[in-house]
Amino acid sequence: MNKLVEDDAAAKARKGRNIALGLGLVAFVLLIFVVTVVRLGANVANRPF
Amino acid sequence: MSKIAAMTPETDQPLADPATARWQDFFQLLKPRVMSLVVFTGLTGLLAAREPMHPVLAAVAVLCIALGAGASGALNMWFDADIDGLMRRTRGRPVPSGKVRGDDAAALGVVLSLLSVMLLGMAVNWLAAGLLAFTIVFYAVVYTMWLKRWTTQNIVIGGLAGALPPAIGWAAATGSAPLNAWLMVAIIFLWTPPHFWALSLYITTDYAKAGVPMLPVIKGAKHTRLQILIYSLILIPVCLSPVLTGLGGPLYLAVAGLGGAVFLLLAVRVFLSKAGDSADPRAADRDLYEVTEDVKAAGAKAARNLFAFSILYLFAMFAALLGEAVLGVKALELLR
Repeated sequence: MNKLVEDDAAAKARKGRNIALGLGLVAFVLLIFVVTVVRLGANVANRPF
Repeated sequence: MSKIAAMTPETDQPLADPATARWQDFFQLLKPRVMSLVVFTGLTGLLAAREPMHPVLAAVAVLCIALGAGASGALNMWFDADIDGLMRRTRGRPVPSGKVRGDDAAALGVVLSLLSVMLLGMAVNWLAAGLLAFTIVFYAVVYTMWLKRWTTQNIVIGGLAGALPPAIGWAAATGSAPLNAWLMVAIIFLWTPPHFWALSLYITTDYAKAGVPMLPVIKGAKHTRLQILIYSLILIPVCLSPVLTGLGGPLYLAVAGLGGAVFLLLAVRVFLSKAGDSADPRAADRDLYEVTEDVKAAGAKAARNLFAFSILYLFAMFAALLGEAVLGVKALELLR
């Protein structure tokens, strides 16, 4: 493979990896959000204002 | 260890370009088939505890167990790439085939290890997270880096890592790990040696080629067949013990009892057979799991039968425990 010009196969593979990584990050953010809501539950209203 | 030292590594596979690695290749690093088994046993431990748990947190616990198992797999594939490349069963894996760089596999393993343990600790509890961390370290360091290439007892001791997920699941649900959780661990722990040694009896030449000191390679097939029988004789009573301690119900008793009888019969057949006595007759380009006339003639059929049934037996026992927990079937407590 030419080091300077990426061939089609490499570009396609990289795009696929980036999409998978992006979806993984979004899923992780959503997971942390949902876990936080579940763990806090009704206690979220108990904080001092 | 002279047998091991005499083996010279050789590879005849053209290497792939890591630049064309697909996300699926990285997914393969997580050993998805092993991961699915770990998810199943971990979920069984979580539900068999019969403690109410928020479904989201239960799902997170199972996800963390899966990610932890995947991380162990990636670290194993990184470290074992040299010997994986020498065995038919493993040479197509992402690192030895050149699809993924070893450093990338190691990085994925470390990141997923930290992520799974921290998430399990913060979202569920730290006992479960501690057990998961121990499991990952035990598999990736104690088994992969130390035991596997050093002793014939590699899969006996290393089997503990594969046995722990039910205890992690139980700890996630209850915050504790009582006797019944460890009984599930003991079942998988004692099941592992006859299961793997049955396999290694008919792929001995592959392990020998890679220099992995599996029992048949070092001690011979006859000794391995005896060890399979001994472990099977210990395994069956342990499999029946959950009906004494309030873990298994009548369905479990039927499955563990009947399956155990078949397991013992197959183990005796392996003991009486000549499985592993002659070299593996299959050519390199043929499917490892294909049963052909020459394989049968080599006496490997008994070992194959035990290997295949061992998977079914473990699955059926855990499915029975899972089913009883979900359906609310009362467990037997014959000891009290």
